[in-house]
Amino acid sequence: MSLALRDVRKSFREPGGGLLPILDIRTFDLLAGEQVALLGPSGGGKTTLLNVIAGITLPDDGSVTVDGTDIVRLPEAARDRFRALKIGFVFQTFNLLAAFTALENVLLGMSFSGRRADRKRAQELLGQVGLGHRLHHRPTMLSVGEQQRVAVARALANSPTLLLADEPTANVDPANQSTILNLIRTACREHQVSLLMVTHSLDAAGQFARVDRLTEFNQPGGAG
Amino acid sequence: MSLFAIAWKSIRQRALASSLTGLSVALGVALMVTVLVLNGVVTRLFSQSATGFDLVIGPAKGSPMQLVLNTIYFVDQPIDNLPFKEYLKFKKHPSIAHAIPFALGDTTQDARFRIVGTIPEYFALEYVPGHKFEVEPGGRFLSEPLDAVIGARVARAQGWSVGSQFPIAHGGNVNDVHDQKFTVRGVLRPTGTPSDRAVFIHLDGFYEIPGHEKPLEEALARERAFAGDIANHQPPAADHPQHLPQAETRDAGAPHRIPDEQKEVTAILVQTKTRTLAILLQANVNERPFAQAVNPIEQIGKLLRNVVGNIRTMLVVMTVLIIIVSLVGILVSIYNSMADRRREIAVMRALGASRTTVLSIIVAEAVLLCAVGGSLGLLLGHGMVFVAAPIVEARSDLLIDPWSFEAAEAVLLPALILLAGLVGLVPGFTAYRADVARSLTE
Repeated sequence: MSLALRDVRKSFREPGGGLLPILDIRTFDLLAGEQVALLGPSGGGKTTLLNVIAGITLPDDGSVTVDGTDIVRLPEAARDRFRALKIGFVFQTFNLLAAFTALENVLLGMSFSGRRADRKRAQELLGQVGLGHRLHHRPTMLSVGEQQRVAVARALANSPTLLLADEPTANVDPANQSTILNLIRTACREHQVSLLMVTHSLDAAGQFARVDRLTEFNQPGGAG
Repeated sequence: MSLFAIAWKSIRQRALASSLTGLSVALGVALMVTVLVLNGVVTRLFSQSATGFDLVIGPAKGSPMQLVLNTIYFVDQPIDNLPFKEYLKFKKHPSIAHAIPFALGDTTQDARFRIVGTIPEYFALEYVPGHKFEVEPGGRFLSEPLDAVIGARVARAQGWSVGSQFPIAHGGNVNDVHDQKFTVRGVLRPTGTPSDRAVFIHLDGFYEIPGHEKPLEEALARERAFAGDIANHQPPAADHPQHLPQAETRDAGAPHRIPDEQKEVTAILVQTKTRTLAILLQANVNERPFAQAVNPIEQIGKLLRNVVGNIRTMLVVMTVLIIIVSLVGILVSIYNSMADRRREIAVMRALGASRTTVLSIIVAEAVLLCAVGGSLGLLLGHGMVFVAAPIVEARSDLLIDPWSFEAAEAVLLPALILLAGLVGLVPGFTAYRADVARSLTE
């Protein structure tokens, strides 16, 4: 099992003082190497769910087990290190660091893992996403599609077991959406990485063999 | 990729703000370095040069400080003189090992350098403990009346070498130049003392110049005054001016000869046989109304404490304030950038950077800004000293070695870097506390 959520609940405090429940998931599993599209409306808790899975946000209750480790029980520093080593992240807005070249953005992902930054591997990854000729270009010198490809290479830099993709094609032009999606899926398959992609796009979700609807297993406020 | 490499990238990303911050640090450090170097030069100068002699004996007119500044540092003009016979008397004094007369007042023709009439024995003594004068190869010390030995700086500035001849200006007046010409016989090796900018001529030659004798009536009146002062005063000798031909009646072409009664010295530098004897002799001389004996080290200590020390303290306080402003500049610069960098920090955290890591990156930025700015400041500071040295030298007669490094400089940069690290903690903790999830969605 690559990912297992059990009885995960998360609420946020509202300005008035009340609690706004966002997540209430009894069970959610992802097998090793499996690719799942998680479909949900905007504001439905998709990004919060990814943050909880990545250990960026702690749930109020429940367990989040990634590759056999319940990250909720880990101390914060260990959780950060675990995230660096085991979880890759592809953001909707790419989030490449403007001061760094494509190659350096990938190396940066390696730097926080505690391992030595492997320049050769970073170059290979960028080559695999078709950017072998753009290693030393800064994000502002790359097209939107190229930026997202750098983000994919960065997410795979530390050989994670799980890749979380948050609306990865939302900011990409329609012509490139399919390309990016195929790239992510192929890369995950080749690197034997489980993929969980959240999206509100039926088109994007439609490319996955397994499509889960967040509203079906997330019942905040006790509806389910 | 190291934390410093990541921090450096971030600094480069904000090139303008970073450059201005680094520049403010550089200017602060440059000023600090300038103050340290100048302070070191002044302190060394004022503490070393005086230590070769136990006492300076001069006329009672004028303050002890004025006497020391004038005699040891060749600063300012002499106020009055002592009769030459006083020198002869001290020369034979049982407490004194060496008595060196100085006749001051004249300058080189362009009035840039002080003429010091003295005796050859001066060059046989240590000018500071353990250091004796040396001349450059091919030169020698004073021997004949019209011989001169010049300091290293004089040689450089005037372009003089062994064999060069020069006249001297009476009382520093460029319009009153004596006819006699002195010949450079030796160039002193640099000493780092005021001797480097002095022109030493033979005292006998000094007295061969017309106009250097005290007018007869004044000399006699003064001798009478000193006679009342000196218990064992002897009656006028056979060559007393009362018995000597005056200048107008001399044979044409004969060297100008001044009787001892009309000769004067500006001061007498004294090395006593023991330190205790110096104290006793000083007390003895100071009991008399026409002369004073001054311990140069005491006066220099006073000068360092009261004048140089206060100026130094003021300058150090000012530069410390400037450094503090520079450090605050680093703080403000990085702190202001934090709002723009919230997302960048959140991305790093999402990629696995710990809170400590992002804090360290921010601290590293502060350290790098300070290290680069500080290093630039060190170079700039010495550059400023290099540029200022001749100006200060020309205006104050103080010698400054632009390549002089102070021990405090070795501490300055590490101390600043440490402080910058502490300052960097303030924006660093902003990064440390950043809400990653919120920043990623902003």
